[in-house]
Amino acid sequence: MTEKSVKSPVELSGSQALLDALIIEGVDTIFGYPGGAIMPIYDALYDYNDRLNHILVRHEQGGIHAGQGYARTSGKVGVVFATSGPGATNLITGLADAQIDSTPLVCITGQVFAHLLGTDAFQETDVINITTPVTKWNYQVTDASEIPEVIAKAFYIAKSGRPGPVLIDITKNAQIQKFNYEGYTPCNHIRSYRPKPIVRPQYIQQAAELINQAKKPFIIWGQGVILGSAEQEFKAFVEKSGIPAAWTILGAGAIPTDHPLNVGMLGMHGNYGPNVLTNECDVLIAIGMRFDDRVTGRLDKYAKQARVIHLDIDPAEIDKNVKSTVPVWGDCKETLPMLTELVERKVLTEWHDKFKEFTRQEVEAVIHDELNPTSDEMTMGEVIKQLNELTKGDAVIVTDVGQHQMVACRYANLNKTRSNVTSGGLGTMGFALPAAIGAKFGAQERDVIAIIGDGGFQMTLQELGTVMQSKVDIKIIILNNRFLGMVRQWQELFNERRYSFVDIQSPDFVAVAAAYGIGGKCISDRADLQPALKEMMESKGAYLLEVMVTKENNVFPMVPQGCSVSEIRLK
Amino acid sequence: MEKQEFNITVYTENQIGLLNRIAIIFTRRKINIDSLNTSPSEIESIHRFNIVITESEDVVRKLCRQIEKQVEVLKVYYHTNADVIWQELALYKVSTDVIAEKVSVERLLRENGARAVVIRKDYTVFETTGHREETDNLISILQPYGLIEFVRSARVAIIKDSEGFNSKLREFERLEPGEDVIENEYLNQGQKVFSM
Repeated sequence: MTEKSVKSPVELSGSQALLDALIIEGVDTIFGYPGGAIMPIYDALYDYNDRLNHILVRHEQGGIHAGQGYARTSGKVGVVFATSGPGATNLITGLADAQIDSTPLVCITGQVFAHLLGTDAFQETDVINITTPVTKWNYQVTDASEIPEVIAKAFYIAKSGRPGPVLIDITKNAQIQKFNYEGYTPCNHIRSYRPKPIVRPQYIQQAAELINQAKKPFIIWGQGVILGSAEQEFKAFVEKSGIPAAWTILGAGAIPTDHPLNVGMLGMHGNYGPNVLTNECDVLIAIGMRFDDRVTGRLDKYAKQARVIHLDIDPAEIDKNVKSTVPVWGDCKETLPMLTELVERKVLTEWHDKFKEFTRQEVEAVIHDELNPTSDEMTMGEVIKQLNELTKGDAVIVTDVGQHQMVACRYANLNKTRSNVTSGGLGTMGFALPAAIGAKFGAQERDVIAIIGDGGFQMTLQELGTVMQSKVDIKIIILNNRFLGMVRQWQELFNERRYSFVDIQSPDFVAVAAAYGIGGKCISDRADLQPALKEMMESKGAYLLEVMVTKENNVFPMVPQGCSVSEIRLK
Repeated sequence: MEKQEFNITVYTENQIGLLNRIAIIFTRRKINIDSLNTSPSEIESIHRFNIVITESEDVVRKLCRQIEKQVEVLKVYYHTNADVIWQELALYKVSTDVIAEKVSVERLLRENGARAVVIRKDYTVFETTGHREETDNLISILQPYGLIEFVRSARVAIIKDSEGFNSKLREFERLEPGEDVIENEYLNQGQKVFSM
């Protein structure tokens, strides 16, 4: 869309110009919460109600997590409205989360009148300075005439290159002020901004040579593949090269879970083989991932034997944590086909057998009992296993943070891309319920299942109000172990079972849901699990299923903090 | 890797708040900025930062990449002191009476490459430019004679490499970058020039 929306100048208010811009940018859903300093925008929204669907959340944090969920499933930019002061500061957690997980967002905050800036006016905070470290870009608008250009820049910056959150703070006078609106031109160039580095073919060549010489090559991929819409290109590369490939938590689902070359998850609670064999491979091909410390463990003992090829769109990620032998800077949608072209088809039977042997050991030591427990109490793993049978791997799985997150990410089948919505980098408890709301708006035709712990659910459970009011058809599974399980696991393993403040009491979640008009059930018997999951999936509208699981179960394997990935523990 | 002084040159848009964005990159890693100068460049609307820090090259390279990642930053380079010509400006305010009575002003000016900027009845202001030790030298000379006030500027540095960056800047000035805008070209040139 490059044409201007309006041919001849008309007089519009800043608020109208903003909403006009959102429509031209293809925005269909906004998550937000009104307040004094953003009232002119909400007033204008009243007239745009037929074209812009606004979801009233219960807390701005819920609004921004919903925007993130929407962006993750739809691949579009999530849009969030909040008022000044506390409204804006309530966005911070979501901004930080979106920044570290590269989620495209445009957040619009109201601000006090320009003449009051810096006077400690009612509900005034210095939002620009507060949000600078957690936004890809931010800008304060004090004059309505700036709005079309600034919003165009905001969308371009949020979604191009390595995506990220953008915040635009608009003073109240600029929202009200009328100006000569000459139409809206989407932005596709900013002088100082290079969203993607130019691909250098000689590096592709060098990378291909390394790969073709390799005896034990290993691919590790991250969310970059999904953000770059390069799933097909990635699959083609993996399949032609025949190289085993493992994923980071945010890369999950870029190729299906059951793809024969998909060897599992990396990192602290990842699979045994991918972690151990990272320290055995000869060429490590990292694609759209950033060598997070949860993936690498101890850096000085990470893949020291390997020559590293790093494909990334963000030059700042190259050599940041792991020194690369060949950096391939660029958009992996461009670089992967170039690489695929040059790599040789190979059968690496012996190397694949190593992964299989580690899988066998992991199944025996961990997976079998987690998925098929014989004790009276249910495990988180068996809930996911039963769920897989019902969803056939086609649902969007939204997880919160903690043990259930690791279990869900390890065991949930994901056949489609953009199926995994979780807070990876920031590890934000309270993320899943609002993110699931947004995820449903981003993928309305798909089943959206939020899997949440009893701790995280209580951080944002007020968003059940949003589910009720906006009739959001999401299924919520609370895996209740009556503990802040992940912290408890660490305390058990590393703090001599000194369970300091992890014993959390919860309300009757089913009754809470009922108070919001949401159906639900709580089960603690294995016999009830399958029928309850079925009832949940078949019920119309939102549903909450609470599953009481074993209290002191641990997520294994585990790379203890400060250890090398090859020191991963099976128990 | 051994720490040494590095001169970081940043070309940016003239944008409110950008100084903060750049400063945060240092404070986040708890790195002290020894010297910071910002001024308009030779191209209208493009500003130039000179930042001096003492760090290892590895850290400096990462910092530069983080700075260049900012939307409104056009280009970042880093250089060792050996790669740049640099100057600091210092002003010294002293009592005119004392200085006229007790010091041979002429000798003082000659020996220190200083010049009098202002001579008033009550005070005189001298100026020198040079490296830190040079401007420090005059402080120690004037201190016994009642130095009233002293101020020193941040460092400004110009890169020895004869090419310079003017042509590249001109290139950036063009609205649409052509295919010939080369990225990454200095990647393998080690510490000589850094650029993405």
